[in-house]
Amino acid sequence: MAILEVEHICKSFNHTEVLKDISFSLEKGQVVSIIGSSGSGKTTLLRCMNFLERPEKGRILVNGEVLFDAADPATQMESSIRRKRLHFGLVFQSFNLFPQYTALENVMLAKELLASEQPDYKAKKKEIHNEIRLEAEGLLKQMGLDNRMNNYPHELSGGQQQRVAIARALALRPDILCFDEPTSALDPELTGEVLKVIRELADRNTTMVIVTHEMAFARDVANHTIFMDEGRILEQGDSRRLFEDPREERTRQFLARFHQA
Amino acid sequence: MELIMKQMPVVIGSLNIGFLQTLKLFFVTLIGAFPLGLIIAFGSMSRFKPLSVFSRIIVWIVRGTPLMIQLLIIYFFPGLVLGNPIWGGGETGRFLAASVSFIINYSCYFSEIYRGGIQGIPIGQEEAGLVLGMTKKQIFFKVTLLQMIKRIVPPISNEIITLVKDTSLARIIALQEIIWAGQAFMKGSQGISGAIWPLFFTAVYYLIFNGLLTILLGRLEKKLDYFK
Repeated sequence: MAILEVEHICKSFNHTEVLKDISFSLEKGQVVSIIGSSGSGKTTLLRCMNFLERPEKGRILVNGEVLFDAADPATQMESSIRRKRLHFGLVFQSFNLFPQYTALENVMLAKELLASEQPDYKAKKKEIHNEIRLEAEGLLKQMGLDNRMNNYPHELSGGQQQRVAIARALALRPDILCFDEPTSALDPELTGEVLKVIRELADRNTTMVIVTHEMAFARDVANHTIFMDEGRILEQGDSRRLFEDPREERTRQFLARFHQA
Repeated sequence: MELIMKQMPVVIGSLNIGFLQTLKLFFVTLIGAFPLGLIIAFGSMSRFKPLSVFSRIIVWIVRGTPLMIQLLIIYFFPGLVLGNPIWGGGETGRFLAASVSFIINYSCYFSEIYRGGIQGIPIGQEEAGLVLGMTKKQIFFKVTLLQMIKRIVPPISNEIITLVKDTSLARIIALQEIIWAGQAFMKGSQGISGAIWPLFFTAVYYLIFNGLLTILLGRLEKKLDYFK
């Protein structure tokens, strides 16, 4: 069964249709990349999946459970959305780390807040805190940030900040980890270190949706690639096939620049 | 000069009492205006149109008219026009009326500073909190608040220093703060009359107190320098 099913999503801003009938699905452990020119709706699609935007039409299912149905207001209650968001993690283009917390605290914060709402939190406070801390340290080590845990975001390079942001998203163990152009704000030198950790996550069968302009990366890391154009999915399929033998003329045009380079 | 030295102990004693009242008004205003300003700021930013329009009109009126007039209206209007002197008589009544006027006036100024501080925080901070499953309340207290405080400390410091001097406006309703105490020696008080230097000398009190505040607020600003 698919871990994620997106069905017929439509979204517009001020009468401009940004997403037009978007459907795709994703198997557990798979990586899907979403490519396309700026303004094609890639980011809006990710934001809909993370409940930062509310689609006018369509459904979103995770593990068969309907998380969102535009036709059913019961699925859109503010109180339940919060829990539903936890199925997804989102890594932003601009990192959005919390500046007043160290790298380690950034990774720990949300988990501690969730833990503090558990009924037995007060009794086991120390234990829970230590457990969360160990896990956060483990994640930062996995991101190659052993020596940067106690630094504040402004003391880190963009690449390091983005890796902290990835650890922060992973800390809540989302079913699906989403990336919104994770390297677009980085200079080429720092892009590599971020792509490397995402590649490692793919090797560990992390389920991911990656919006990216890094074509070689999309082709090599993603099992499945979606090409979006003007709010529609123009073409989708196996990444190698889509890159080597695009069926649509528009896809061919878009990829031509990449193939030339 | 010799005369001044002779008058000094009496004058200092009197000015100290006045300055105590100045300090009381200063601190009461801060304690009241800090939270009330936040409420007005949220009102102005509300998506509920009538509330935001109402808040902005209040801010416009309060910032658009002299504090001295506000003091006079708040103190005299209930008694002289409505025939219901709610403040009661004496120094206590004057202090209450002055406190209410100052709190309303300063919370409006603070609200605009808060609003700038909140709106200046990138939307990505809230969104990052949301996708991490935080509630709006958690985001405000754990993420946004400290960043907002860092942003507003310099402009609020400015207002605080202005407030120290503005308390002297309470003289207009005869609150017995330091200006009132200094002026008393012109008309005659405790055997001294026709002396203008005590009034001039009050400036030293303001100057020293503002010096202390500047140092303290500078330290606070530095303390928040650990993040950018």
